[in-house]
Amino acid sequence: MNGNPAIDVRGVTKSFDGKVVVDHVALRVEPGEIYGFLGPNGSGKTTFIRMLCGLLKADGGEGTCLGFDFLTGSREIKSQVGYMTQRFSFYEDLTVQENLDFVARVYDLPDRRTTLERVLREHGLAGRRHQLAGGLSGGWKQRLALAACMLHSPKLLLLDEPTAGVDPKARRDFWESIHKLAAEGLTVLITTHYMDEAERCHRIGYLSYGRLLTTGTVNEVIAASGLHTWAASGPDLQGIVSRLTGKPGVEQLVPFGTTLHISGIDPIKLGEAIDPERKPGTDWQKIPSSLEDVFIHLMDSSRDNFP
Amino acid sequence: MRFFNFHRLAAIVVKEFIQMRRDRLTFGMMVGIPLIQLMLFGFAINSNPKNLPTAVVLGDNGPFVQTLLHGMKNSGYFEIRERLDESAAREALTLGRVQFVLTIPPDFARSLLRGDRPDILLEADATDPAATSNAISTMQELARSVWNRDLSGPLATLAGRPDPVNLIIHAKFNPEEITQYNIVPGLMGVVLTMTMVMITALAITRERERGTMENLLAMPTRPIEVLLGKIVPYILVGYIQVGLILAAAALLFHVPMMGSLLLLLAAAFVFIAANLAVGVTFSSVASNQLQAMQMSFFFFLPSLLLSGFMFPFRGMPVWAQYLGEIFPLTHFLRIIRGILLKGSGLHPTLVELGPIALFLLVALAVGVRRYRQTLD
Repeated sequence: MNGNPAIDVRGVTKSFDGKVVVDHVALRVEPGEIYGFLGPNGSGKTTFIRMLCGLLKADGGEGTCLGFDFLTGSREIKSQVGYMTQRFSFYEDLTVQENLDFVARVYDLPDRRTTLERVLREHGLAGRRHQLAGGLSGGWKQRLALAACMLHSPKLLLLDEPTAGVDPKARRDFWESIHKLAAEGLTVLITTHYMDEAERCHRIGYLSYGRLLTTGTVNEVIAASGLHTWAASGPDLQGIVSRLTGKPGVEQLVPFGTTLHISGIDPIKLGEAIDPERKPGTDWQKIPSSLEDVFIHLMDSSRDNFP
Repeated sequence: MRFFNFHRLAAIVVKEFIQMRRDRLTFGMMVGIPLIQLMLFGFAINSNPKNLPTAVVLGDNGPFVQTLLHGMKNSGYFEIRERLDESAAREALTLGRVQFVLTIPPDFARSLLRGDRPDILLEADATDPAATSNAISTMQELARSVWNRDLSGPLATLAGRPDPVNLIIHAKFNPEEITQYNIVPGLMGVVLTMTMVMITALAITRERERGTMENLLAMPTRPIEVLLGKIVPYILVGYIQVGLILAAAALLFHVPMMGSLLLLLAAAFVFIAANLAVGVTFSSVASNQLQAMQMSFFFFLPSLLLSGFMFPFRGMPVWAQYLGEIFPLTHFLRIIRGILLKGSGLHPTLVELGPIALFLLVALAVGVRRYRQTLD
């Protein structure tokens, strides 16, 4: 890697049937970086990824992906990108090894046998090589998909909700592999809905209604939101919710198990709003806003901006 | 909890109707297939074909012959197309351009008047016995009675005999008029049409339905590689079917094999490819496997009914014949029956192969255009 960004695109736009799905998105990802793409369902994450790897033609925009023009170089880009689809998209009626062998042949890998063995070993699939892919559990399917994406040693991994429906242990293993690969210089663009996964990314971006609303490290994103949060715990949280809803300064009330997070942009108004609720038995603490608080805030406010 | 609840039943019924309405194509097929069946069975199909094209070789063209020709025409079964010399007439019969050749010997009128019972020869292309049998029995009746008016007065004695002429009928290419000889080779075309179209249509649609197409497209594969890669295995399957049917035809049904099998296998290649191309085109339009299946039937049904496999091609009205000419099966039936039963060589085979090749090109062009390299 010579320091050129792995992804450097600007003004990327795409609409379907007159509906703008991706709206002038600019994104720059450095080599070896893990970039997390967040945003509600239908916010354009998948469409953006598909445009990057040449599955969809962008309506507008410019820039490069792995040094190739992302509008015209999709052929070169495809050969150096590993794309893991949201839905398991390998052949369920083929075994693990047969699936990988198929992919290796499609990429026309020079040393197919040894590459296959290495990848099977690295991803812990050697013991299940003769199992039908359709019979694998979610976590193992995901391992297989990742292994298949890594067969041709891509420089960029595009992962579209790779951990949806995967258990926590498998998710942790998965992220360990991703970090290991990134340390070796691989660039990763990943979409997710999980906050803990977002926090594992070097940088994140939040996409809503096709627009990139914020981007930066987790701390930068939280700081930029300007959100202040109080946590309440006590006996009558539901009562607090009903009394505070709609009060000036209170923008969101989110229950987290036994605590309630109350957030707002204006700290003074927020303080005034919760003052009447400071009763004995209820514990109030000013806490740093969590990423989840910030995202819910972004989701709510973007809904107001784009009805 | 009652054992059977009508509200629950209604919930499912309503849901089915909603889904049915959403799937426009399926809905269209539900209406389209009965309509097509009705049109084909009702108007196009006729198991008693008339106006069969006939060539005549006339050694004598006198009034008696004219009477016979008029009689044949008036019967409705024969349509006298052309007057040819002997070898041209035989070629027309082999190519399938005419169904019958009538040969009148020189000196026909004189022999008739002398009471010599002159020979007249009717050669029939009997590859499809159903197409010719009614016409032949009409001809036998004509030979007995067509001259009744001419042979009146002083010539009445000639008419009184059982037959004034000696009608010789050659049922060529299938002299015993065994229906299997016609059906079994035809079945090869039918089976190939059925399986080739459906298998490819399903195979590619399945790829899309299961989401594996997205993966294929994200890899550096080109559309033509994917298409050919999906087609090649089924060409092999097609040849296995060809082999099976040929073996059964020879061993079980004793179908004669007059022509070159190599030529047949070569012609089968174009035919198989044409059907696979149709399958590919369907798969690029269908969004799920059910739709692909329905489209295959939509293609298969008229192929079967209008090709001349089930009902004589010449029995259909002209518009249906034109429609039938579009389908590869129509031409392949002529090729395989020609090669096996008539011993046809390269020329008549190429004549029928042309339309199949054209069909293949059109179907492939549509298929590749519709198959999108990108998902949008």
